[in-house]
Amino acid sequence: MGAKASAAALLAGLAVLAGGLQLAGYDAVAALGALWNGAFGSWYAFTSATLVRSVPLIIIGLGIALAFRGGAFNIGAEGQFYAGAIAATWIGLQVSGLPAPVAIAALLLAAGLAGAGWVALPVVLKRRFGVLEVISTLLLNFVAESLVSLMVQGPLQESQHIYPQSDPIADAARLPLLPGTRLHAGIVLALAGAGALFVLFNYTWWGFRLRAVGAGPRAAEISGRIDAGGMTAAALLLSGTIAGVAGGVEVSGVSYALYQNLSPGYGFTAIAVALLARLDPRGVVVTGILFGALEAGAGAMQRDAGVPAVAVYVVEAVVIVVVLLVDAYRRRGPLPAGRPAERAG
Amino acid sequence: MTTPALELRGIQKRFGPVHALRGADFTLMPGELHALLGENGAGKTTLMHVAYGLTRPDGGEIRVGGAHVALPSPRAARRVGIGMVHQHFTSVSALSVAENVALAAGWPVDPKALRERVRALSERIGLPLDPGASAGSLTVGLKQRLEIVKALATETRILLLDEPTAVLAPGETDDLLRVVRSFTARGGAAVLITHKLDEALAAADRVTVLRRGEVVFAGAIAGQTAASLSAAMIGDAGAVTPTVLGAAPRAGPHDGPVLVHLSGIDILREGGAGLAVRQASLAVPAGEIVGVAAVEGNGQRELLRAVAGRLQPLAGRLEVAGPVGFIAEDRTTEGLIPDFSLTENIVLGATGQDPWIRRRRIDWRAARDYTSHLLTEFGIVSPGPDAPAAALSGGNQQKLVAARELARSPRVVVAEDPTRGLDIRAAGEIHQRLRAAATGGAAVLVHSSDLDEVLALADRVVVMSRGVLIEVPPGATRGAIGELMVTGGR
Repeated sequence: MGAKASAAALLAGLAVLAGGLQLAGYDAVAALGALWNGAFGSWYAFTSATLVRSVPLIIIGLGIALAFRGGAFNIGAEGQFYAGAIAATWIGLQVSGLPAPVAIAALLLAAGLAGAGWVALPVVLKRRFGVLEVISTLLLNFVAESLVSLMVQGPLQESQHIYPQSDPIADAARLPLLPGTRLHAGIVLALAGAGALFVLFNYTWWGFRLRAVGAGPRAAEISGRIDAGGMTAAALLLSGTIAGVAGGVEVSGVSYALYQNLSPGYGFTAIAVALLARLDPRGVVVTGILFGALEAGAGAMQRDAGVPAVAVYVVEAVVIVVVLLVDAYRRRGPLPAGRPAERAG
Repeated sequence: MTTPALELRGIQKRFGPVHALRGADFTLMPGELHALLGENGAGKTTLMHVAYGLTRPDGGEIRVGGAHVALPSPRAARRVGIGMVHQHFTSVSALSVAENVALAAGWPVDPKALRERVRALSERIGLPLDPGASAGSLTVGLKQRLEIVKALATETRILLLDEPTAVLAPGETDDLLRVVRSFTARGGAAVLITHKLDEALAAADRVTVLRRGEVVFAGAIAGQTAASLSAAMIGDAGAVTPTVLGAAPRAGPHDGPVLVHLSGIDILREGGAGLAVRQASLAVPAGEIVGVAAVEGNGQRELLRAVAGRLQPLAGRLEVAGPVGFIAEDRTTEGLIPDFSLTENIVLGATGQDPWIRRRRIDWRAARDYTSHLLTEFGIVSPGPDAPAAALSGGNQQKLVAARELARSPRVVVAEDPTRGLDIRAAGEIHQRLRAAATGGAAVLVHSSDLDEVLALADRVVVMSRGVLIEVPPGATRGAIGELMVTGGR
């Protein structure tokens, strides 16, 4: 039922893209063909283009699903991702003598802590003063981007002090690759994370209470005797941690260095990923791969069909709007005055 | 013969699989107050929503003053002189009384003129209101008053009232019914949906009874009794004792150990400044039902929530034995999560000690079995333990809350308005459960906005008035208690 609506949303998005391209004078068939080839055309395209982009989307998407399920609207994953990337780079530059597992663990741990630290301010502001996390987390994204800029032109700038980027991290801190591709071990982390979150939501007492707070905060407090505010804060902190880890994985598995625009908006696209998956961790894996494919195919579309890559954001936007509309319709029902109490007699 | 003010003929309405109205007929004459009765889910509200243009019928016709009309919207209904007071308040809290009236009536918002106009209107109707007050700051009684003023602001000749007295104290109910009577005396016609049969018997001229979407009785109120009306409402399903109307007192000594002990309790007002409860002291022994009689907003809510462990008192001593079962006032936002399944809603009440939670993991199969068992034991009508709570009728939702809170044999039970909006049968079942809990050795503290319910249920009555708890001497009359509620004995 949810999957059907999500599939319809994706088809609607692709249809709008195709229609728009045709109207704008492009060859829509060629463009979509290039998109497909860039994403799924070969084993190399699938692993090294699509899945490499899917990894951050899945990991961040899981974090966003966790926050939304717990009633917290974390719009700041982009910033938390960058905070994680900064910390990961810093650790990655220090660990050259260590064994790889230790170095990677240290890097990811630092990235997670940095992500949590980045969301800690919104958590405190919300708990103390009731500041909406939607606004505070969103605004901190811009701060994080500026901080990256500062870092790569200051303390973390490469040793020649010419380019706005960091030195490459130590070999020990790099995630292993699948032979013959650019796909790194982060995909394992993403899949394991989805499994863990699925169990958390569906089988654990804590995960159930988290969902209760998101679905009915008053009832959770009054009938479930749950500290709803504390639960929401925990959800935000965990969500930030996960987004931070995604930043670490990106540095350790893909870029090996910090630079500006490390993320092509992963933190925002992951919101669409989580929503389209209806906040179900299993769905996040599927939608994460789909959106990874869109991002991967966008480059091919620009190269082979001359269509600007940003056109694929139309698909993302349409998907979000359609999913929200379907949700609103479900919530309200087709009847303006239908009340549950009177519907079932 | 006079033309009916409003005629509904053969109204059909389906909501998905539920056939809410099966060819219902309804005739409202000018100058009459017409009671519309029926169990929860019988179709009363749906029928009135059809007459007010909120729900489009699948079949049937509507006549106003003899003329065939289509009512696609409430705006169309207001244009032909129909006004409605809904079960739930529909005022905008952030706006003033005058602005709310203007919003409903479509009047221009010229602040000064508007205030005068609204003041004059509310005084003419006989329900004075301060036009400048913000709607959110009004007490429940005054909010209800605002709803009625809004409904009568335009040239209303037909007034539909959906359970307007559910939230009112006895005195306020009398005021409201007086206003409705004076409206009908001037030629208006009014429909009153209520669950309180004595109210219908005392105030109405005629009565229509709905059962499962069909009219089973329509006629003059004269000659009817509470027993005959409740028989019509419930049908052959069996003679259920109408406990709401006064049941036999529960026998038995109440000299068990004291399970609830309060002394000198002060409690802050929920979400506001000032004290809601001042220096309250109370002891409830095992096996006793203590009824708290109070008009909305006199501190009873805070008192009950403190006993239930949901509010921290500011000062004083509070000793309550555990576990506590708590039936919260608002079942759809506080008692249940409508989007969650019945099983999940049962799990919501878990404390971590339950057999279906093992090492912090939930055994859903065991929880589901337990829920199925509760559904049977408490006679909850539902599509099954996996259905969302939103799919249940109000009465069954409340029974689900009661099942969750009472099934684990709590030593203390706190119930806030546990039968609000329920029909006689469902209310009777809730009463039975509360009595059984007390008989089983629990200390029960219950508040109801309906004084008769407090009197019917309680072994002992206390009054909360302006935050002060007053013990009522045994043998006090209903009138004396009503006076204590309003004056606080001063």
